[in-house]
Amino acid sequence: MSEILLEARNLQISFGGVVAADDVSLAIERGKNLAIIGPNGAGKTTFLNICTGWIKPTRGRVYFEGQDVTPLPPRRIVRLGVARAFQIPQLFTEHTALENLLISAAAREQLGNPLQDLHRIRERAEMLHLLDMVGCADVADRLVVELSEGQRKLVDIAVALALRPKLLLMDEPTSGVASSEKFKVMEILVKALAEAKVTSVFVEHDMGIVSRYADEVAVWAAGRLQMQGSPEEILRHPDVIRDVIGEAV
Amino acid sequence: MTLRLAIPALLILAVAAIPFAAPQLQLLMNLALAKGIAVVGVTVLLRAGQVSFGHALYFAIAAYAAAFLSASMPGADLALVLLVAISGAVLSGIVVGLFVVRYRGIFFGMLNLAFSMIFWSILEKFYHYTGGADGIRLPRPTVFGMALERGPFELIMFYLSVALVLLLGWFTIRWFASPTGQIFQTIKTNETRLQYLGVSPQRALLSGYILSAALCGTGGVIMGIVQGVVTPEFAWWIRSGEMVFIAVLGGAGSVAGAFVGAVIYEAVRVYASAFAGDIWQLVLGGFLLVIILFAPKGVIGIYDAALARLTGKGLTGKGRSE
Repeated sequence: MSEILLEARNLQISFGGVVAADDVSLAIERGKNLAIIGPNGAGKTTFLNICTGWIKPTRGRVYFEGQDVTPLPPRRIVRLGVARAFQIPQLFTEHTALENLLISAAAREQLGNPLQDLHRIRERAEMLHLLDMVGCADVADRLVVELSEGQRKLVDIAVALALRPKLLLMDEPTSGVASSEKFKVMEILVKALAEAKVTSVFVEHDMGIVSRYADEVAVWAAGRLQMQGSPEEILRHPDVIRDVIGEAV
Repeated sequence: MTLRLAIPALLILAVAAIPFAAPQLQLLMNLALAKGIAVVGVTVLLRAGQVSFGHALYFAIAAYAAAFLSASMPGADLALVLLVAISGAVLSGIVVGLFVVRYRGIFFGMLNLAFSMIFWSILEKFYHYTGGADGIRLPRPTVFGMALERGPFELIMFYLSVALVLLLGWFTIRWFASPTGQIFQTIKTNETRLQYLGVSPQRALLSGYILSAALCGTGGVIMGIVQGVVTPEFAWWIRSGEMVFIAVLGGAGSVAGAFVGAVIYEAVRVYASAFAGDIWQLVLGGFLLVIILFAPKGVIGIYDAALARLTGKGLTGKGRSE
């Protein structure tokens, strides 16, 4: 029997008159890659924000490994094993790619020796390996502001993976990446996730990527979870083709 | 030895030679070193992108703690006086810090100013305890149980200051490079990511805030002991502004710049006030204006650029002087 890693129950939240989550219930199984699709403004990012404690629902609960994490701040939820990568990479812009990962490792290990050099922590080799896994080993010593958007996305995901999470939530991992690079980025990413044995949820607009890399797809519209199922089943559904895709994949 | 190491080493030797080579500069240099240590405290916060306009609070708290201790325990040892004074600054840094670390930018700066001005008012108004505007004497502490005459005591204070500059400067640079220091500095660039690394930005800022309070306190107690008197002026907002001024002059974010800036500031202040009377602030203001316009990385930035030209090596963001 499959094991539920994260479960959202009856989430509800509105911003002004806009309903961003309307009785949303969703279970994420351990070991799966779940894609969330839907038009802009459907509430996909809001769902990630609620799951990570960034915003609190007016109703409903979020459970991670059976523990109610709804009232916890993001940092406490992260410590339980939920990491996040962002649509716009959230990196430390005055640091290099490697330093971003080293800081993540230092946060994970809660290193506190005031005389220890960040560059000489025991986790350095592990972080270099992680950068290699996401295909960014050659830019390890470059400031992240000097990297391409695709590289920044990958470093952002590597920073999240450096926490050794059980679940990684990614908001549009290929947005801003050149069309020709998207599949390459996802290929690297899915391989890295498999190696790290991380369950993932990713918001995505590119149905080609969803059909190739997702184990399961959830469809969002107007703050509601419309349907959930396998990519084959969902991407051929007439309602999804009409409202989300526009044409069959 | 490379030029990058030789120049600082020569400067340190030159400073250490002052009591014998140019004794008339000893007091000025000692005050500059005390201020420099306090400015490093302000510099720490600048690394996190925060400016405090009230760090004279810790400068004054440590100085007054030393004065009160010396008044209640005549002949208290110098080590004890320093320990109590710096502990006072650290404790107050924790208490005030727990409150101010929730704010950023102008609110952080002004809240610090508010706390320092409250303390200044207490010092001014509680005359019977604090001596009001006249302040209170800080008699010379004993050194390892010995009561020293003025000359030897000032010499000991001078070399103690030099030693503290080196020790605390070294420690602060190491701390900046440590995981805690690096996490602290990310407050400047991305608190959202910091939260998503499982770190409390408030707690990260508090760690640097306490260090900055300790450094300001160390500067304050040295200043108090060297001058032999502490006054509410130690907590006055102009003193806080002076620390920020020196930090920018020396090179915002640079530990070495804090000391270089403090020495230049004291020299300009003393000599401009001697030779240019009432317009010494104008001279200093003009000097800072030139620095901001033409050398935004401060005096240490000019030094780095000159060194890069001399050695023929380009400067990178990571290659600057700490």
